[in-house]
Amino acid sequence: MDLKEYFSLVFNDYTLRTITLGTAILGAVTGMLGSFAVLRKQSLLGDAISHAALPGIAIAFLITGTKDTNILLLGALVSGLIGTFWIRGIVKKTHLKSDTALGLILSLFFGFGMLLLTFIQKQPNANQAGLDKYLFGQAATLVESDVWLMAIVTGLCVFVLLLFWKEFKILLFDADYTKTLGFNTKTIDVLITSFIVLAIVLGLQTVGVVLMSAMLLAPAAAARQWTNSLSKMVFLAAIFGAFSGVFGTAVSASQNNLSTGPVIVLVASVFVVFSFIFSPSRGLLFKQIRFIKNRRDLELHKTLAFMHQIAETHQDISHPHTVKILNNFQGYTKGTLKKLVDKGFVIIQSNMWSLTEEGYKTAANLYNQQTDSNE
Amino acid sequence: MNSAQIEIQLIASLVAVACAIPGTFLVLRKMAMISDAISHSILPGIVVGFFITHDLNSPLLIILAALTGIITVVLVEYIQKTGLVKEDTAIGLVFPTLFSIGVIMIAKNANDVHLDIDAVLLGELAFAPFDRLIIAGTDVGPKALWIIGVILIVTLIFLLAFFKELKVSTFDKGLATSLGFSPAIIHYGLMSVSSVTTVGAFDAVGAILVVALMITPAAAAYLLTKNLKKMLVLSVIFGIFSALFGYWVAHWLDASIAGSITTILGLLFLVVYLFAPNKGIIAVLYREKQQRTEVSLITFLLHLKNHDEKSERHVKHLNEHINWQKVRSKTVLELAQKNNMIIINNNIVSLTKKGNTFTSKAIDYIVTNEDAQIEDMKDDFFLFRG
Repeated sequence: MDLKEYFSLVFNDYTLRTITLGTAILGAVTGMLGSFAVLRKQSLLGDAISHAALPGIAIAFLITGTKDTNILLLGALVSGLIGTFWIRGIVKKTHLKSDTALGLILSLFFGFGMLLLTFIQKQPNANQAGLDKYLFGQAATLVESDVWLMAIVTGLCVFVLLLFWKEFKILLFDADYTKTLGFNTKTIDVLITSFIVLAIVLGLQTVGVVLMSAMLLAPAAAARQWTNSLSKMVFLAAIFGAFSGVFGTAVSASQNNLSTGPVIVLVASVFVVFSFIFSPSRGLLFKQIRFIKNRRDLELHKTLAFMHQIAETHQDISHPHTVKILNNFQGYTKGTLKKLVDKGFVIIQSNMWSLTEEGYKTAANLYNQQTDSNE
Repeated sequence: MNSAQIEIQLIASLVAVACAIPGTFLVLRKMAMISDAISHSILPGIVVGFFITHDLNSPLLIILAALTGIITVVLVEYIQKTGLVKEDTAIGLVFPTLFSIGVIMIAKNANDVHLDIDAVLLGELAFAPFDRLIIAGTDVGPKALWIIGVILIVTLIFLLAFFKELKVSTFDKGLATSLGFSPAIIHYGLMSVSSVTTVGAFDAVGAILVVALMITPAAAAYLLTKNLKKMLVLSVIFGIFSALFGYWVAHWLDASIAGSITTILGLLFLVVYLFAPNKGIIAVLYREKQQRTEVSLITFLLHLKNHDEKSERHVKHLNEHINWQKVRSKTVLELAQKNNMIIINNNIVSLTKKGNTFTSKAIDYIVTNEDAQIEDMKDDFFLFRG
């Protein structure tokens, strides 16, 4: 199946439509909430939470004995929340730093989860197969009710975001100020963290424990490069996330042996790399271009200043000099000289150059205006 | 106990020691999550190495994987340096991407790769003794034992040779630079050791256990001591203890050894986290309560010193005016009395001579704003703490 065929199938084929819709919704909601995680410098929290959710899935299965997605995800949610609040407890009450706390919870919960999973596998219960899909996720197992669940959670999430937009925003950028304004920062904090946990848990079935953190970060990190406004960033991140979901599903469906999760993550990474390089204001490419342009301007200024020094010693500023005396000067090339001519600062006659009136004035004021003219 | 069991426990203990040493420094340098990143992102290196050698224990594979680990660190630092995103975001972007590449490479070549992702994440310690190293026809022991042994020896040499440099650059980068050590060399040295250890250990115990074995013993030890040497020794002991104990729990449950060692590590950390003297959560909560009462006491004494009129010094006034609950005012009053700072006559509270001196000194310290000294002063004056 190639990509073209895929896109025609999306509208007809039930399974493909469900999966595409599911990954798109998932990408959108994780992108939105991921923006907050990234801006709050909690990027790795997602990684820790998704790993911490694993024992919850196993315990939920051990208790209920069913593989009902909703019950397993509920277990994941509880265990993810316990992990999150334990991390906060460690950071707040001991001198261990947040990276240590994250690594601790991540590895310990995951290890415990794996212990339970292997324990379950040895049990004489035919129902246990397939729990390990939560490790790497299997988008193919998405059914319509899962997509509905995702859609409902996303709707709820959008509603809460809109309702508490002001509170979230102010907490994000100035937590102390928020407190002095009388907002209950703890509640807002718990609310946004819980939603992040919820989004991560939703994605476990599709992308899996190991790669979930990238779903949270990548769209937000990409969106961050294009704007400085929070609302635009959240919106862009949702779009990037949704597109990563759709493209990832498309690519993995059009090839054999490709699991969806890693492909979605790779597509999202491509978005990030593209944004890092090509974003107009922050991107590396334009930064480099600006850098080169500034350096050229500086060299032009140096040449002009040097000419000015020579011209100063003569009564007549337009007195011609040979080009040769510029040769032992660093900033000078034929190109820069030509540029100066184009700007009307210098006149060239055969091998001689002379400053124009305008060029002399500009050169004289070059360093006085430095502060406003350099960009 | 048969010889395979002894070998498994020996390998697990060596892995624990090899991880605990770099782990201690990672925790102290606030780079614990780097170990998580490395443990995931070495996957493509392992896969490529496996394509070339078709042998999971080949040294080339270890070198390639370790190289991927270092590339991860360099990439993270490069992204961080561009200033486009924060450091933690950079880590969170790099390793899932590399890991995805690894997973896809495995999936695309599923037919000729006998490499299971579950095995990468979890490892299978139980099979380690069956893969023997045979030199000139004689069986010299499991391959994994040799690999991790060599890595441990290299780590130990690195530690002993550069202990001073590591110590200084960990705690004071500026001082290290001014003394002429290059923090960059020490940094990348440590990163290389961590990568190599991760790779060497991953085959036996899996990527996640490597992270757990690096961070957990060090974090638990950090809650118990502030001395670097003691911390190293403690984390090694914790590591070995969990490796051995975890093995027997796995044996009993018939479950994954790696998972069980991690669980024991988790329980160990939980115990230390709760009960560590001074740094444990119970000690911290107790101290916070103590300090709250003592701050109330000082506030109360200041109030007494400021007011001569009887109405302000009535016991009941505490409840009404300062808005304290009954229990709280009772504790504060009792504490003050026990320490001979106040006397109560007909429900009127007045400062004793000692209380008066203490309060004046307390004012001095509050005015000069030297928080630390108030603790010394409390030691001088208090017979009983709050």
